[in-house]
Amino acid sequence: MKVTEKNGHEYRVIGTRPIRHDGVDKVTGRAQFGADVRLPGMLYGQVVRSPYPHARIKSIDTRRAQEHPGVRAIITAADMPALDTDAVAELGEGAIELKYASQLIMARDKVVYQGQPVAAVAATTRQAARDAARLIEVEYEPLPVVEDALAAMDPGAPLIHADLYTVTPGGGKAEQPSNVAKHIQYERGDLEAGFAEADVVIEREFRTAMVHQGYIEPQNATASWEADGRLTVWTSTQGAFSAREQLAQLLQIPAGRIRVIPMEVGGGFGGKIQVYLEPIAALLSRKAGRPVKMWMSRAEVFTGTGPGSPTYIRCKLGAKRSGALVAAQLYMVYDAGAFPGAPVGAGAVTALSPYRVPNFRIDGYDVVTNKPRVQSYRAPGAPQAAFAVETVLDEIAESLGMDPVELRLKNASAEGDRLVYGTPFNRIGFREVLEAVRDHPHYNAPLPERRGPYAFGRGVAAGFWFGGSLTSTVQLTFNPDGTVNLITGSVDLSGSRASLAMIVAEELGLEPHEVKPIVADTDTVGYTDVTGGSRTTYATGTACWRACQDAIAQLKVRAAQLLEADPDAVTFGGGEFWLWEEPQYRISLKEVVANLQKTGGPIVAKGIVNKLKMAPAFGAHIVDVGVDLETGKVDIVRYTAVQDVGKAIHPTAVEGQLQGGAAQGIGWALFEGYVFDGGVMRNPNFLDYRLPTALDLPMIDTVLVEVPASDGPYGVRGVGETPIVPPIAAVANAIARATGVRIRELPMSPERVWRALGGADQPASDDQAGETG
Amino acid sequence: MSTKVIVETTINGVPETFVCEPRQTLLEVLREELGLTGTKEGCGNGNCGACCVLLDGRPVNSCLVLAVEAQGREIVTIEGLAADGLHPLQQAFLEHGALQCGACTPGFLVSAKALLDAHPRPTEQQARRWLAGNLCRCTGYDKIIRAVLDAAERMQADGSAGEAALADKAEAGATGNAPQSSSRPTAGEEVRPA
Repeated sequence: MKVTEKNGHEYRVIGTRPIRHDGVDKVTGRAQFGADVRLPGMLYGQVVRSPYPHARIKSIDTRRAQEHPGVRAIITAADMPALDTDAVAELGEGAIELKYASQLIMARDKVVYQGQPVAAVAATTRQAARDAARLIEVEYEPLPVVEDALAAMDPGAPLIHADLYTVTPGGGKAEQPSNVAKHIQYERGDLEAGFAEADVVIEREFRTAMVHQGYIEPQNATASWEADGRLTVWTSTQGAFSAREQLAQLLQIPAGRIRVIPMEVGGGFGGKIQVYLEPIAALLSRKAGRPVKMWMSRAEVFTGTGPGSPTYIRCKLGAKRSGALVAAQLYMVYDAGAFPGAPVGAGAVTALSPYRVPNFRIDGYDVVTNKPRVQSYRAPGAPQAAFAVETVLDEIAESLGMDPVELRLKNASAEGDRLVYGTPFNRIGFREVLEAVRDHPHYNAPLPERRGPYAFGRGVAAGFWFGGSLTSTVQLTFNPDGTVNLITGSVDLSGSRASLAMIVAEELGLEPHEVKPIVADTDTVGYTDVTGGSRTTYATGTACWRACQDAIAQLKVRAAQLLEADPDAVTFGGGEFWLWEEPQYRISLKEVVANLQKTGGPIVAKGIVNKLKMAPAFGAHIVDVGVDLETGKVDIVRYTAVQDVGKAIHPTAVEGQLQGGAAQGIGWALFEGYVFDGGVMRNPNFLDYRLPTALDLPMIDTVLVEVPASDGPYGVRGVGETPIVPPIAAVANAIARATGVRIRELPMSPERVWRALGGADQPASDDQAGETG
Repeated sequence: MSTKVIVETTINGVPETFVCEPRQTLLEVLREELGLTGTKEGCGNGNCGACCVLLDGRPVNSCLVLAVEAQGREIVTIEGLAADGLHPLQQAFLEHGALQCGACTPGFLVSAKALLDAHPRPTEQQARRWLAGNLCRCTGYDKIIRAVLDAAERMQADGSAGEAALADKAEAGATGNAPQSSSRPTAGEEVRPA
């Protein structure tokens, strides 16, 4: 790891690597995750799911299950409020129409994906609940299945939703219903003239598979519906307030009656924002009059939650001999699964905004199919788009005989250049990142010599994420020993507690462990949006900084009392208050805190963030692959992730984000993908849906470039999303450099690579082998 | 409903008697009956390693062990790892930042303990092979592997694994314990020129 210092400030705490506050709990097994909840009288819940991807529900017979020993409650959609509104549930990172969200919880009349809940049961033991679930008899009338998004767009395709009309780029609605929920468009300049001007034009097609976030902890929820109508829910969620709002809307009860207690979260990556089990557990608890706990099996997680969107993208780029991009056209089809809401918007914006392209047109489509309804997955929509654009860029570099990093540097967006929707970027570090790649020893090291059937290649690719803001609340209270309680509504997915505490420690002149970060529930802290979109350290961190300024202002008044001076004469720095004019009169913050009772009672400081400027984070990755030309197996032999992080608050945590994002991207590139057969997932387990293991990866080197963001303290940027954006294209480019063959469909499995290399007489079902072999 | 069975076992050094259904897994009994929730369920079918415990010293996925199989045997869970303060592996995980969400961490620590019990001085490749049955979705494994290798080194320095180290050395010498080399490098192997 090396840090490229750009802002030159010296900090006492920021940039150090303290042990995280929740660390000991997590290495000793004491941390309480959602599924660890145990309440007196607790029942166990089990969902009954549809085996069909598309079918009418003719009848549900619960009588046999009802009589099963231990059963205390059974629910179906009849127990849920019918929501025939056009209202939209904002998830903080994505949104979903309420009527569709309701059907994600429990199907009504018809199922539209395999794994959709149709009923649920609560019983005294988990075994009894499972046995009873099998006794619920559901009669289905299967309907034609629409599995592929391109086929779903065909005017003759079976309709999944009779009431779905395409929203057109102008905001109008199509007259005929279809499976296309939305068509978006971004345009600039004159496309035809742009391509006419180009010396090289390359157009390619790309396909990406449906992939899962793959968090290790399955979804879970425990609910207790009290006799007076109060509802308490313990759950692993990325946003307690988002979960509360969703519960209020789905169950049609006031939000003030609901308390959501966020437990430790075993990974989310965007997949733990939408509620699934929470409303079911709540309704079962209401019916049984006892708390109900439930959690998903891994197969339920795969089929019953929201994976990342599969895509079809056609990408055409035109460049001058000098390397200057002059025109781009993108046709992007994002598969939303069963209900509208694929992240095609973010895909379209992240695809071309990194580069200055005077003439372009992007058409994006949000299409429904009979598959699980997608949710956010780390930089939702961006990795698929970058796979297409960054691969075609690599081909342009090859055809121009230009270094691929130089080509990107020539076209890279900088401050003032506009995103595709017209807004100019503020300060960004894309160029600095590309320069760091160009100058990195990895990029300049010779590749290993070919060894037997083993050929090596090096690839690079870039990408970015916006850096979200949204809303965060932070409260500070003070203990008599001079320590501080940092009360936040931001759920901690990966160690953000430590970074937030470090900001408070920096500002108040304390040690990191003198600040006690507490993730509070919805009854005890102000509204805070989800932990997602790379917003926590940036936005909640800014709220921490503001809370510290509030605390200092309040404590200054108390210090003035103790120093027998006017508050205006007091200043603060390095953990001490002193008099401007007479610096020998000073008192430590800890002493002021210890004397709060004598000087007017406790103080509560607050910091609120509602809207910050965008803080985009750009990254570029270098990867060396070894390809076994006999088997098509690809090994990652060296990997370096470079990213502008603004300011690394806790460099270990930031490196971890880069390494983890890279690993997920590598998995997406090489191993992962839902295998469907008529809309039924054939590999809903970690044996057949293969995540990268420790054996599949090398050490992942990181370079943290620090170009301060335009807003927020220390120039910090959110870092979590960006590292998953470049890896797919970087790996594909490396494979191409190693073999001379371009793979444009994911995953780049040994079979697909082997076929592309001409390993079989027959081309694969996709068109890649024929085109490139 | 089936008849329940009484099982007598030792968990983290303490004799424990519990009652379970014959079809219940050790994982479910540890978590739901005995309140030992440090052991995590990630997949329930032996593919992720989050539920790893030591059964008579061997690492097993407790979701694939029936609770009745624990009769007369010794189980060590994550709760039993720290004896006199944190285990060096736990300390190294903290210092290296070898965890993010923490859901896979207990399984990794138990697997890593089994590794160091068997091979006090593992190579990076050996560590990756031993830990390949534990999935982590957050870290990319880099810091986990570093933490395990660092803990091994510290335990050597402290002499806390002195005897085992000698045994391992002998074993490695006799059987060629290092991973088999081939012309095909695997992930983690150093292939770049110095």
